[in-house]
Amino acid sequence: MNSASPIVEVSGLRKVYGGRVVVDDVSFGVDEGEIFGILGPNGAGKTTTVECVEGLRILDGGRVRVAGLDPVADHAAVTQVLGAQLQESELQAKLTVREALELYAALYPNPADWRPLAERLGLTGRLNTRFGVLSGGQKQRLFIALALIGNPRVVVLDELTTGLDPRARRDTWEVVEDVRARGVTVLLVTHFMEEAQRLCDRIAVIDQGRITALDTPQGLISASAGSTVISFTPSAPLDNDELAALPALASVELKDGRLTLGGSDETVTALLSLLARRRITAHQLRVTDATLDDAFLDLTGATK
Amino acid sequence: MSAIAVPVRRTSPRTAVLRAEARLFRREAGTLFWTLGFPPLLLVILGSIKSFRKFDPGLGMRVIDVYVPTLVLVALIVTGLQAMPPVITGYRERGILRRMSLTPVRPSALLTAQMGLNGAAGVLSALVCLAIGRLAFDVQLPKQALGYTLAFLLTVTAALALGALISALAPTARLATGVGMVVFFPSLFSAGLWAPVQSMPHTLREIVVLLPFGAASQALQQAAAGHWPAWSHLGVLAAWAVVLSVAAARWFRWE
Repeated sequence: MNSASPIVEVSGLRKVYGGRVVVDDVSFGVDEGEIFGILGPNGAGKTTTVECVEGLRILDGGRVRVAGLDPVADHAAVTQVLGAQLQESELQAKLTVREALELYAALYPNPADWRPLAERLGLTGRLNTRFGVLSGGQKQRLFIALALIGNPRVVVLDELTTGLDPRARRDTWEVVEDVRARGVTVLLVTHFMEEAQRLCDRIAVIDQGRITALDTPQGLISASAGSTVISFTPSAPLDNDELAALPALASVELKDGRLTLGGSDETVTALLSLLARRRITAHQLRVTDATLDDAFLDLTGATK
Repeated sequence: MSAIAVPVRRTSPRTAVLRAEARLFRREAGTLFWTLGFPPLLLVILGSIKSFRKFDPGLGMRVIDVYVPTLVLVALIVTGLQAMPPVITGYRERGILRRMSLTPVRPSALLTAQMGLNGAAGVLSALVCLAIGRLAFDVQLPKQALGYTLAFLLTVTAALALGALISALAPTARLATGVGMVVFFPSLFSAGLWAPVQSMPHTLREIVVLLPFGAASQALQQAAAGHWPAWSHLGVLAAWAVVLSVAAARWFRWE
């Protein structure tokens, strides 16, 4: 399945706004058919990065290629391989869903048939509804439809589920998985860990304009310190020094009598023997794998 | 549902944009009233004033004869300065231009569609005013038709360019409406809506004929009366049309 070169190539990307470096030496490649996530806190440079991929920004340094094309110099050609949903964009308020689909289909030389597209995105019942009165979820589904209407090989989805209720968010995730199932490569920008963990094959974590990690969600979690989380309520207080001496310990937190330790499998084993030696019972003991959330906080150095 | 797959019929992208914008234009009842309804309505009201239909020795003609060219200008001013700028600025403000720049079609297609539609609405409204003047109030059609058409087309261009410049400079649709208003009243004044340009005091008239709609008003009056419009007025109009167009193109931002 994997073709030789990535369909989206970004190398040494740099973007400066008014003397402030927003994107600094960002490099990654997106393989055909994968869902590639760009994850980071607000203002990290995620949107600027994908805007360079979309050809909406002139680079201040580095190189971007989409299917081998330069998004700025070959903009017209790139628009036919790349579809996108923008973070903040609307349509004319009085344009109906059907009119929007027909209009955008007419802008492409080889458009997809908009009817099955609308059907798959659950828009069939809304064809005569004006854009201005659609719900947030319906607007996003329409924007996904418009991103796909030119039969692109890559779609860029930027903060797709921001502002949606949990139900609409889950529905939208299914749509994204469905898009990928049809062989379209997805470049997904998000600041939701759960979304990235659920959808992405690989994730680039961006913080302050730089990539701080690039791996599979599982890889990111296990690479971060404290990939295993142990929590329990001890029957008697534990000695701080003895706790601190546990192998591979990443974090300790005591709250309302409940201890939460971040570490590895090794930490768990050592903790259990410590408890046995001190004859302390661990009430409600839970050992869980860390989530991407924990890994993310670790990777972006966000203070907790 | 008549959803039987129709064989793909290709509409050219720019035609599709124009068609969609025309549909949206028709859905704006307020804009339709101000562009197509208001100028003819105002003409009917002014024409209903009895004294306006009597020969005025000071003017050398009836007041209503002077008002027809003025309302032709009002039609162009309303479409160019009131109707168009908030739409275009809103398209930029709400990311509609950016969205279109992700397609093979340049977002300039939206601007040309808007200018074409508003220009057409202004022309239609102006023609309705001419027709009402002729049919209801016995105002003669322009005697120097070629000169009238030339001055008219230059005015359409200047009005749209001024509207485009407002769209370019105003950051939000609200501000575009506000700036449009600020320019709107002096434009109506210079077009002679309150007092015909030829009856203004000398110094004021000297200034007004240097403004686009003042020059337009004089050029249209002259052509209506059967003279070739003075080249000075046509020159002022053409200069405004060029300067405003260049400025609009220079300062227009896509986002």
